Amino acid sequence: MASSHKPIVWGLFAAGGTVAAFLMPVLILMTCLAIPLGLLPADFLSYDNLIRIMQNYLTRLIVFGVLVLITWHAAHRLRITAHDFGIRADTAMAILFYNIAMAGTLLLGYALITL
Amino acid sequence: MTRRPYLQKPQRFGWWFRQARYTRYMLREVSSLFIGAYTLVLIVGLYRLSQSQVAYESFLANAMGTFGMLFAIVALCFAIYHTYTWFVVTPKAMPIAIAGKRLPGAAIIAGHWAGFFIASALVWWLAGGN
Repeated sequence: MASSHKPIVWGLFAAGGTVAAFLMPVLILMTCLAIPLGLLPADFLSYDNLIRIMQNYLTRLIVFGVLVLITWHAAHRLRITAHDFGIRADTAMAILFYNIAMAGTLLLGYALITL
Repeated sequence: MTRRPYLQKPQRFGWWFRQARYTRYMLREVSSLFIGAYTLVLIVGLYRLSQSQVAYESFLANAMGTFGMLFAIVALCFAIYHTYTWFVVTPKAMPIAIAGKRLPGAAIIAGHWAGFFIASALVWWLAGGN
C-alpha cells in the first residue's frame, strides 16, 4: 500500500464538511443572531449560563470534536482554494492553514481543560 | 523536429466570474473562509470564557457589536450554502441501495435535509432553547 497523508487529510475534510453542513447554521444562529432576533433569551450567552452549560464533560468533548473537525475542514479547503486564486505556493499554503488549524485545536483543548 | 515549448498562460485572477457555474464553485470553496473564521471566533470565545468573566464579557461585547453581527450574517449565508452544496453531492458520494434497488438521489438529499432540521432542533433544545 502506498503511504500518503492524503487519506487522513481527506477523511478529516469529509468528516468536518459533514459536521459543518449539519451544525454550522444552527451554531451561528445560537451564538449570535438568535438573541437580537428574540429567538433566545438575552442571557443565553451570559457568562453564568455558558459556564453552566460547559460544566458537563460530555458537552466539552462534543464541542471539542465538532469545532476541531470544522476547523480542519476549513483549513484543507482553504489550502485547495488558494490554488484557485492563482497562488501556486502549495506547500506554504498547507503549512499556513494547517498551522492555524493546529493552533485553534490546541487553544480549544487548553480552554476546555482549564474551563 | 522540436516541439514548441508549452507556455502556460498565467491564470487570470478573476476567471471564476466568466461563467455562473465557476462563480458558484468559487462561492462554495470560499464558504470555508467564513466557516473557518467563525469557528476560530467560537474557539477564542471559549478561551475567553475559560479566562475570566471580565475577559469573556469584553469578547461578547465585540462579537455582538455591529461588525460581529454583520460577520455572523455573512457567515450564516455561507454556512447554509455549504450545507446545500454538501447535500447536493451526497447521492454521488454515497449512493444507497435497498434490496438491490438504487434509492433515487432526491430521496437521499431529502433525508439529509430532514437530518439537518432534526440535528439543529436537538442542539437548540439541548442547549436550553425552546
